[in-house]
Amino acid sequence: MKIKESFGSKLFDAVNIFLMSILIIVMVYPLVYVFSASISDNAMVMSGQVVLWPKAINLIAYERLLSNPDLWISYWNTIRYTAVQTFLSLAVTSAMAYPLAKKGLPGRPLILFLAAFTLMFGGGMIPTFLVVQKLGLLDTMWAIVLPSLVSTWYLFIMRTFFEGLPEELEDAATIDGCGTMQVFLRIVLPLSLPVLVSIGLFTAVNQWNSFFDALIYLNDRSMYPLQIMLRNIIIAGSNVQGEGNTDYIETLKYAMITIATVPILCVYPFIQKYFVQGTMIGGIKG
Amino acid sequence: MSLDRSDAANAQIPARDQSGKGTSLRFKLKKYKTLYLLMLPGILYYILFKYAPMYGVIIAFQNFSIGRGIMGSKFVGLQHFIDFFLNTPDAWKLVRNTIMLNVYDLIFRFPAPIILALLFHEIRSRKFKWFVQSVSYMPHFLSTVVIAGIMVTFLSQQTGIVNHILDWLGFGRIMFLGEPGWFRTIYVGSEIWQTIGWGTILYLAAIAGVDPTLYEAAKIDGANRFQQMRHVTFIGMIPVMIVLFVLTLSHFMETGFQKIILLYNPMTYETADVLNTYIYRRGILSADFSFATAVGLFQSVIGFVLVVSANRVVKKFSDTSLW
Repeated sequence: MKIKESFGSKLFDAVNIFLMSILIIVMVYPLVYVFSASISDNAMVMSGQVVLWPKAINLIAYERLLSNPDLWISYWNTIRYTAVQTFLSLAVTSAMAYPLAKKGLPGRPLILFLAAFTLMFGGGMIPTFLVVQKLGLLDTMWAIVLPSLVSTWYLFIMRTFFEGLPEELEDAATIDGCGTMQVFLRIVLPLSLPVLVSIGLFTAVNQWNSFFDALIYLNDRSMYPLQIMLRNIIIAGSNVQGEGNTDYIETLKYAMITIATVPILCVYPFIQKYFVQGTMIGGIKG
Repeated sequence: MSLDRSDAANAQIPARDQSGKGTSLRFKLKKYKTLYLLMLPGILYYILFKYAPMYGVIIAFQNFSIGRGIMGSKFVGLQHFIDFFLNTPDAWKLVRNTIMLNVYDLIFRFPAPIILALLFHEIRSRKFKWFVQSVSYMPHFLSTVVIAGIMVTFLSQQTGIVNHILDWLGFGRIMFLGEPGWFRTIYVGSEIWQTIGWGTILYLAAIAGVDPTLYEAAKIDGANRFQQMRHVTFIGMIPVMIVLFVLTLSHFMETGFQKIILLYNPMTYETADVLNTYIYRRGILSADFSFATAVGLFQSVIGFVLVVSANRVVKKFSDTSLW
């Protein structure tokens, strides 16, 4: 009986490890292939000779992309959209969440309800587009930064976090002569660093990866972020300068995917912890 | 845990307010003034980018033109809704595709992280577990464009690696992105690939909260590992499942249209064209603002009804709910 049981348990482990190995392959293979294809010979990629490892290694595709000023412009655009939005988003969201964590504030329930309502119902794509147009934001950075500035989820997560901070600390600071503003800036925000880092990272990655707002709000090529450039090369199939040259038509696509992905994958191991933390914070009262 | 803490903090506040009764009204007003000032940018955001568009929904009942504005445009009542349902041959197809894609999503993508979390939990080696988890989270950080780009290049009929492999195996090449029959599979498959790992985080947190004595009790009752998994671990995840299910329903009507825009083309409209992609083409690309807003409003109302009723049903049958 006992022996049989442990055999079953061992079998269970073996099957599980087998399944997990398949999972790892499924997760990693596409990325390895993309990278291998990006540094291989174009003809070999097209004819299917590259399966896992690169063949006839060369960097033509990267040379082509890196010598294209559009790539650098779009990279710079993505960086500045991301940086500005992350900073403003944290500032505006925390400044709104802090008063909402104060139980006695008149009007608090109404504001909370109106914020929560936007989670269930919204004006939709076209009216939002018309507002952005009416405000004269089209083809400016603010069309990317402002419409998605405050996330109601993050607002509520921050509020919950602020509510959990010990009141005594704020009281002590008030007695020492700190005004509300100083309490917020010097006591509350430093204590909330973990939640600010998590939400800041979520906002940054989200903005880095987003393309739809840019697609509808930006027409000016010089304003395009990286993701739009990526879309135009891969999905819409447009060639980057030198059309008709087939030496790098396929490898260029893989190189472009690699260039857009590498920064995120490089910082990923270091910030993964914060993301998991952030998801948990959100999950508890999400 | 944090719930308890905030509750404790809440309980303290009335007491504190009473003790502070001596402070003058002027001091209180001054304090609130700063607080309102802090909220101002946020409130402005909600007014401009959330509530102004809600007001803008009025144009669904008008023949809106930018030149005349909301005040000057002609009121036409339900004209655009009637136009959509009676005179648009694609209306039924759009509604069907929207529902089908989301039903596929619920049936195949929703349970995937639940199963994976169960398997993660059973891994004995800590290091291996950490490694598999980290690897499976990775696709979550790739952008929609990158995922769609990988799909488009890998599935390409002449040059994609998937078709090369099919060719070697003797199956012949398939034009994946040009056949309506493949679209839902491709869409849901790519969604699973991207979200399965990350989706386990909340379930694993729920599993960590399961009382260990339950496993002991199950073992004493002679449950094998598979039975423990079913009757202890799985049951422990149910509250999280319910919350996530309602959350999924809350964006039921708009799931994934950004990815669809990247993956679809006129050849696959038959299964791929959903309400939101149609709104995008009619509203943004053809500047048919009023009509597109009417279709959008129809979609928002359905979504609203769905989430409210889902929450009500869940509330009735369990203690867990969104609000």
